[in-house]
Amino acid sequence: MATEGKGIGGHDSLATHGGSGTGQPALPAGARIPKAYDGPLDAPLMGKQMVVNLGPSHPAMHGVTRAVVTLEGEIIKDMKLDIGFLHRGFEKSCENVTWGQCFPYTDRLNYVSSIMNNVGFALAVEKLCKLDVPVRAKYLRVATAELHRICDHLTLVAAMGLELGAMTVFLYGVEARDLIYDRLTEICGARLTSNYVRVGGVARDAPEGWGERTVETLVRVAELREMIDALLTRNRIFVDRTRGTGVVSRADAIEFGFTGPCLRASGEPYDIRKSAPYLVYDRIDFDVPVGANGDNFDRYLMRMEELRQSDRIVRQCFEQMEPGPLVVADARYVFPPKPLVYGTIEGVMAHFKLVMEGIKVPAGEAYSYTEAANGELGFYLVSDGGGRPYKLGLRAPGWPMVAALPHVMRDVFLADLIPTFDSINMIGGEVEQ
Amino acid sequence: MASEIDVVPGVATRREEATGFFQRMVSKGLGWARKNSLWQYPFVTACCGMEYMSVMSARYDIARFGAEVPRFSPRQADLLLVVGTVNCKQAPILKRIYEQMSEPKWVIAFGVCASSGGFYDNYATVQGIDHVIPVDIYVPGCPPRPEQVLDGLMLLQRKIQDQPHKLIDRIAAPLLAKIGEDS
Amino acid sequence: MAKAVIEALLARFPGIVHDAYEGVGGDDCALVEKAHIAEVCRFLKAEPALAFNMAPYITAVDYLGADPRFEVVYNLFSTTHNHRVRLRVKVPEGDLEVPSVTPVWRGADWFERYCLDMYGICFPGHPDPRRLFMYDEFVGHPLRKDYPLRGRQPLVPEREVKDIFRGPGPGGRD
Repeated sequence: MATEGKGIGGHDSLATHGGSGTGQPALPAGARIPKAYDGPLDAPLMGKQMVVNLGPSHPAMHGVTRAVVTLEGEIIKDMKLDIGFLHRGFEKSCENVTWGQCFPYTDRLNYVSSIMNNVGFALAVEKLCKLDVPVRAKYLRVATAELHRICDHLTLVAAMGLELGAMTVFLYGVEARDLIYDRLTEICGARLTSNYVRVGGVARDAPEGWGERTVETLVRVAELREMIDALLTRNRIFVDRTRGTGVVSRADAIEFGFTGPCLRASGEPYDIRKSAPYLVYDRIDFDVPVGANGDNFDRYLMRMEELRQSDRIVRQCFEQMEPGPLVVADARYVFPPKPLVYGTIEGVMAHFKLVMEGIKVPAGEAYSYTEAANGELGFYLVSDGGGRPYKLGLRAPGWPMVAALPHVMRDVFLADLIPTFDSINMIGGEVEQ
Repeated sequence: MASEIDVVPGVATRREEATGFFQRMVSKGLGWARKNSLWQYPFVTACCGMEYMSVMSARYDIARFGAEVPRFSPRQADLLLVVGTVNCKQAPILKRIYEQMSEPKWVIAFGVCASSGGFYDNYATVQGIDHVIPVDIYVPGCPPRPEQVLDGLMLLQRKIQDQPHKLIDRIAAPLLAKIGEDS
Repeated sequence: MAKAVIEALLARFPGIVHDAYEGVGGDDCALVEKAHIAEVCRFLKAEPALAFNMAPYITAVDYLGADPRFEVVYNLFSTTHNHRVRLRVKVPEGDLEVPSVTPVWRGADWFERYCLDMYGICFPGHPDPRRLFMYDEFVGHPLRKDYPLRGRQPLVPEREVKDIFRGPGPGGRD
């Protein structure tokens, strides 16, 4: 990808190690970067540490996170992360509403890829209820979830470009995302927080011609994506700032609990869609990219490649999808069809009970996990047999990456914090629940 | 220049409050200038931030209203865009940033969580930022469509145009604590 | 799916791991005595046939009315063997200390801080035991069942705003 040669003008000994143009190989993780200042004239400067607060309202701290860094010169000696500035009481709110009313709360967890949260929660509830949704619903769930995965990765790449100085990439990325949002508005009703999935299936069917329009949109998104690729992937500045920075080794990544693209960038080929397939991922042909170095550049390349793979998945969904029912035909969980509600007494009773009391999930506990855009999204549900969740525990995919940041950011330049924060894709809504 | 300007000027005949032709022209000119060059401080917290990104970008261009410049220092901004949920831990920070902004300043509560707490009626969320700072425009929606945000911005522009502006503001703006006491 | 895991655990820790059952959907679960959870986790990580090198999710549940009241749930995963197991540790209200598993997996750090913050369960041996989400001035543990849903503890004095009327529904029910 990037040429390991000299840039114009030869070696740049002060540039980040491993970047193209420095002529020096990347340092191993945790290696001490030699100081830029040395000598007796600088003696009073050495040993003075400054504590800088990257406060909760900061453009580069995605969402609201407070990082208190102890700096020696430009090098981070210690970092303390303070979170909780977006804690909205998701779990306690969900314990006080019915199962169906939890879906909007799950939407707002990873708000860039809402349908994946909905799907994860629905699968967890269906695991407890022992329901199997119809095939068309599975395909619709997969197609819309992959569309939202494309949105998530586009947002990450756009934000990463913006924060490293490439504002054009931001505009291209958000334009591509807006195009997909238009398609999603036609099927769900909302651009961002979709509330599309229900326990037992999906809320509504795709409108006439939606598949064809989405494929056209994907063609345009692919053009924009290739433009972004051309602007960033071989860009000297971008590569210098991301290659070799934020390195996480494979063993460290597993121990910290990384999953998803960040784990795969460190070299561990684990993808839940391949190792424990759910919905219709076993019928769809797609590849899973795996990186080698575990640095920011690899994490960025993971997202670019997954954009291409998600495109393939959505197209295959449309090819393989057949007309059929959208919800399970079980009146304990799903409204019966309207002719039965108006025609039969059982239909009226089932409808009445569902509207007044909500669904009742059998008592028990279950942990269900899916591959969200950021990694393993897990829901741990405890039900007491009633109409409300007893406990709804969320395993946020971004959580281990943020928790590992103080360990990863040791003896690195302050400027390396920015691409690292970008590439781990911390979404405040899910990490702070 | 905050939200205490709801009073109907039924006292236009009183001599000391009558504005002459020149003052009115200056007020209109300053109003026009201030409304078309709003420098925002995007206090982005949550999901509405994604719609904020869409509003700033090329499709739902906020630049045509003159408001595309985000200034990440409150001292340089005059529009505080509170985007997303503000919870009890974030409230002191919001208040501090509002206090650091200099007059004239306006506040838009972007999204229903900032307007009234949204559906997060629980132990962690402030039920609307008007419990913490005075708000000029509330844009509801979860998240609001970019067109809604632009509508709110246009409403704010009309409000700014109609406010009395002076070249030199001799009366000091009341401190936030005092605003809390009488409104 | 991971029957071998449960059998190995039952063989190695006879009194400590008990009541193994198969949960919904084929999950393998077992209950573990509170005092020995760190040993069990160390064994699970070190044993090559089991190799549980990741702890994706650790959480706590409040069963108000039951004794013991709390439960800490460990969901563990092995990347090499692709199997999972769930361990449940019952924690009585009188003795809220559970040995920390952070020395075994560094990723368990924040999960245990979450349990401390939200439920009040302490983890001796944890490198940084402080609250995670709530601010230090907050009194109480919000996710406990006896903590009110709307128990706000504002940090700044709130301005007087005429509140809107809240109609019937979950917002107005409690």
